[in-house]
Amino acid sequence: MTTETHRDDLASKTGMWLFLFTEMLLFGGLFVVYSVYRYRNSVAFHLAAHELSVFIGTVNTIILLISSSTIAMSVTAIQKKNKKLALLLLGITVILGLAFLVNKYFEWGEHIKNHIYPGSSVLALRGHGDVLFYGLYFFMTGLHALHIIIGLIFIGFVTVKIYRDKINYDNYVLLENSGLYWHLVDLIWIFLFPLFYLIT
Amino acid sequence: MEDEKIHIIPYRTFLSILALLITLTLTSVAVTQIYLGTLTVAIALIIAVIKSSFVLRIFMHLKFENKIFSIAVIAVVVILSLVIIITLLDYIYR
Repeated sequence: MTTETHRDDLASKTGMWLFLFTEMLLFGGLFVVYSVYRYRNSVAFHLAAHELSVFIGTVNTIILLISSSTIAMSVTAIQKKNKKLALLLLGITVILGLAFLVNKYFEWGEHIKNHIYPGSSVLALRGHGDVLFYGLYFFMTGLHALHIIIGLIFIGFVTVKIYRDKINYDNYVLLENSGLYWHLVDLIWIFLFPLFYLIT
Repeated sequence: MEDEKIHIIPYRTFLSILALLITLTLTSVAVTQIYLGTLTVAIALIIAVIKSSFVLRIFMHLKFENKIFSIAVIAVVVILSLVIIITLLDYIYR
């Protein structure tokens, strides 16, 4: 009656982890650049970091941490055959991810209104260190925000699959992999937040 | 069929880890508002490392997976730290 299709969850997870390693090295390279620039322009970095809002940064950190816990709990929900709860938790994850992006929009909007963006002549007048700091800030938080958008699309795709019972208590490795991706995005933010907002 | 037994992590584990992570975040914010010089950098980074180890071990299930995943993650972290340390040594003692 049932046709057994071959499935290897461990291999699937291993593949996801290998991909996550390339992501870690991608951001790792940027952290190397950050360390060197900071070492060579410590005063400018110190002053420029003061201009970022610690409040928005903290709120966004907490938003991402909560969203990480909700997607982690959705795996537990699917294992316990609680499809409704799994869908609800994924919905909360997506809403929190969008909230993060909205905060980012206002944060960036404020900088751009003050003529602080890569290539701005006002920023260029403030000196080399400020140009480097904001260049890295926009690039690294921008690349991170791009990962948030990709993660949200991935989670949306997984949510539809759960809704259609394509992902269920017996076959949920795709949900786990989307969770791994989302946690990695959280992990990167855990380092971006102190480096840009806190260490002044 | 199932060659590996499934480990179901209870909801309350995730909730308590979440509470811990938020507490650590607020601690690092509070500590960095006090001026401690270079010590601030060290404290903020140590807290970030503690936070990420919880995310990796609990949220990303590393604690319950095959050890090979943890070993690979440690290897990546070691490589990255070495690259950062060696690069900085080059700049400091050039």
